[in-house]
Amino acid sequence: MSRLRKIFATDSYIVPLVAILLGFLVGAIVMLFGGYDPIAAYSALFKRVFGSPYDFGEAIREMTPLMLTGLAVAFAFRSGMFNIGADGQVMIGMTAASVVGIKLGGVLPSFLLVPLAVIAAAVCGGLWAGIAGYLKAKRGINEVITTIMLNWIALFLSNYIVRTFLLLQGQNRSEDNPASLSMTFLFSTFDNARLHWGTVIALAAATFFYVYLWKTKQGYEMRAVGLNPHAAEYAGMNVGRNVVKAMFISGVFAGLAGAGEVLGVFHYQSVFAASPGYGFDGIAVALLGLTHPLGVILAAILYGTLTYGSAGMSFGADVPPELIRIVIGSIIFFIAAQGIVRWVLKPFYFKRKKEKVL
Amino acid sequence: MDFVVLGQLLNTTLVFSTALIFASLGGIFSERSGVVNIGLEGLMMFGAFAAAVGGYYAQDAGMGEWAPWVGVLCAMAVGVIGSLIHAVAAITFKADQTISGTVINFLAAGSTLYMVKLFFEGSGETPLIDGFSKMAIPGLSKIPVIGEGIFNSYPTTYLAIILVIVIYFVLFKTPFGLRLRAVGEHPSAADTLGVNVNKMRYIGVMLSGLLAGIGGATITLTTTGTFAHNTISGQGFIAIAAMIFGKWNPLGAFGAAVFFGFSQAIRNYVQLFEWSKSIPQEFIFMIPYVLTIIVLVSAVGRSSAPKALGEPYDPSKR
Repeated sequence: MSRLRKIFATDSYIVPLVAILLGFLVGAIVMLFGGYDPIAAYSALFKRVFGSPYDFGEAIREMTPLMLTGLAVAFAFRSGMFNIGADGQVMIGMTAASVVGIKLGGVLPSFLLVPLAVIAAAVCGGLWAGIAGYLKAKRGINEVITTIMLNWIALFLSNYIVRTFLLLQGQNRSEDNPASLSMTFLFSTFDNARLHWGTVIALAAATFFYVYLWKTKQGYEMRAVGLNPHAAEYAGMNVGRNVVKAMFISGVFAGLAGAGEVLGVFHYQSVFAASPGYGFDGIAVALLGLTHPLGVILAAILYGTLTYGSAGMSFGADVPPELIRIVIGSIIFFIAAQGIVRWVLKPFYFKRKKEKVL
Repeated sequence: MDFVVLGQLLNTTLVFSTALIFASLGGIFSERSGVVNIGLEGLMMFGAFAAAVGGYYAQDAGMGEWAPWVGVLCAMAVGVIGSLIHAVAAITFKADQTISGTVINFLAAGSTLYMVKLFFEGSGETPLIDGFSKMAIPGLSKIPVIGEGIFNSYPTTYLAIILVIVIYFVLFKTPFGLRLRAVGEHPSAADTLGVNVNKMRYIGVMLSGLLAGIGGATITLTTTGTFAHNTISGQGFIAIAAMIFGKWNPLGAFGAAVFFGFSQAIRNYVQLFEWSKSIPQEFIFMIPYVLTIIVLVSAVGRSSAPKALGEPYDPSKR
């Protein structure tokens, strides 16, 4: 309890909150310059998300992969690596879930099929990221460059597998996947919004993230390597092994995001014309969440609300939905450049101290 | 394959490489000064957008053949303004440089499309404009293969090649280059010798915005003719790869950019061969990326990033 109070007593939450407010303010100014009504736009945004059970359910659906890719990027970040490759790891996870689900669909009963497809997605996503980790550990190759390359390779490899082995006749997508993560029992409550178990998996993953990194010896090593690899090595830790392990776990999170999308939302896999961009959203979510699992969950909620609601903004107030990226970008900017926020807050702090004196 | 095809392949390679050359040169300026620049993608987006809009209005005003150059100027200006966001956050406010670079990518993706829709009545794309036309160099363009391949290119390609050499000399043979590299390797030592660390870093980041802006402009003015959401799609990240691949050296980055350009160009030409029909197209598309990893694995020596890369300079920690 005292720790909880400590978290909320320091200004660790004030800076993000002020940053969010400033981000909305920047968005409003940009809207005013464009001749739009910011109040109408923002209220349309929130009305879209909270206006109907269906939209609320769909917004939760939107948040789910964001949480997992956010955790993936954040986990790698904590271990001292920048994983730009969550996008490719998501695609590999999708493909693994598709192959297992479709190829073993008639063979296995669903209580075995679904977990197997999810595990395949997680492991394959992890191994894909592990390649970058291995190359960094063994050959000292910058993970930024390998994960960028692996994103493209994953895109083409996934397309090849879907096109060659899983294609639905005459369509640009796979057959329907018999494995399903859908939460069908909730469908009537949320007016058939596509809610799925991936959300529960994401919350479990965040819990694992926290417990593993802060409550286990292995997690301690991983953080030590992330903070200072040389010191960690001097203390007798195996830096290379930690790098590979961290990337593997990071990829597992991303792979799970892919499983959720294929098995919970679409129930098939398309041939992608270009990278779907899950990984880049994940970078934003991880940064917004200050690479802490709880922060990532909150950031995914914020990010999901804003992106899902932005469609409503364009219907309700005619504002181009791209505006929301300016808002999100500004929020990350203010969180990163905390000096600006503290500078904005300075007069308030000063006042408060004065009151205390009186 | 005859020589005509070879010349065309070389020519297409250079068309695809040009934007990457500009952007990776930009990245080198920023990172040599000690500031990570993940934002190249966004800076290219700013440039591509400004070139499309500036070029459109210049063409509308009847500037004819000069219109694309107006586009390039706009791209340079907008690229510099965009890079200032990164510079202020990363240098003045000591933000994490990876994060503030990512901010550029976000702001660019959002604001360019927002403005396109604002300027062109809700359309997701700028109107098609006439970009640069190819410029044959008298005499040299008559040489077989190389004439068709190199000396009959867009003016931006010539500019890129010249800049590679100029920037190499600026970085390694001038006092300015020495200072820039010094603040990226050992800022406190440079500070002791009277070099203004933050000023040099601002210059490095702004030059990266300028060059990445031209890189983006190259894409709209030679390849696509318009700006839309997918105009850049990953080219900035490839430019980062080219910079790292080329070990933060203009000549190396040039080689890497040409390598990526070649692997993009080869897609169109491989299909001319009979044997290529037995290979799934996806595997042909994969070639450049797989090759990059293989080359990195087999290349000798570790990557040699500037030593102070990513660290904000804090004089009190000297």
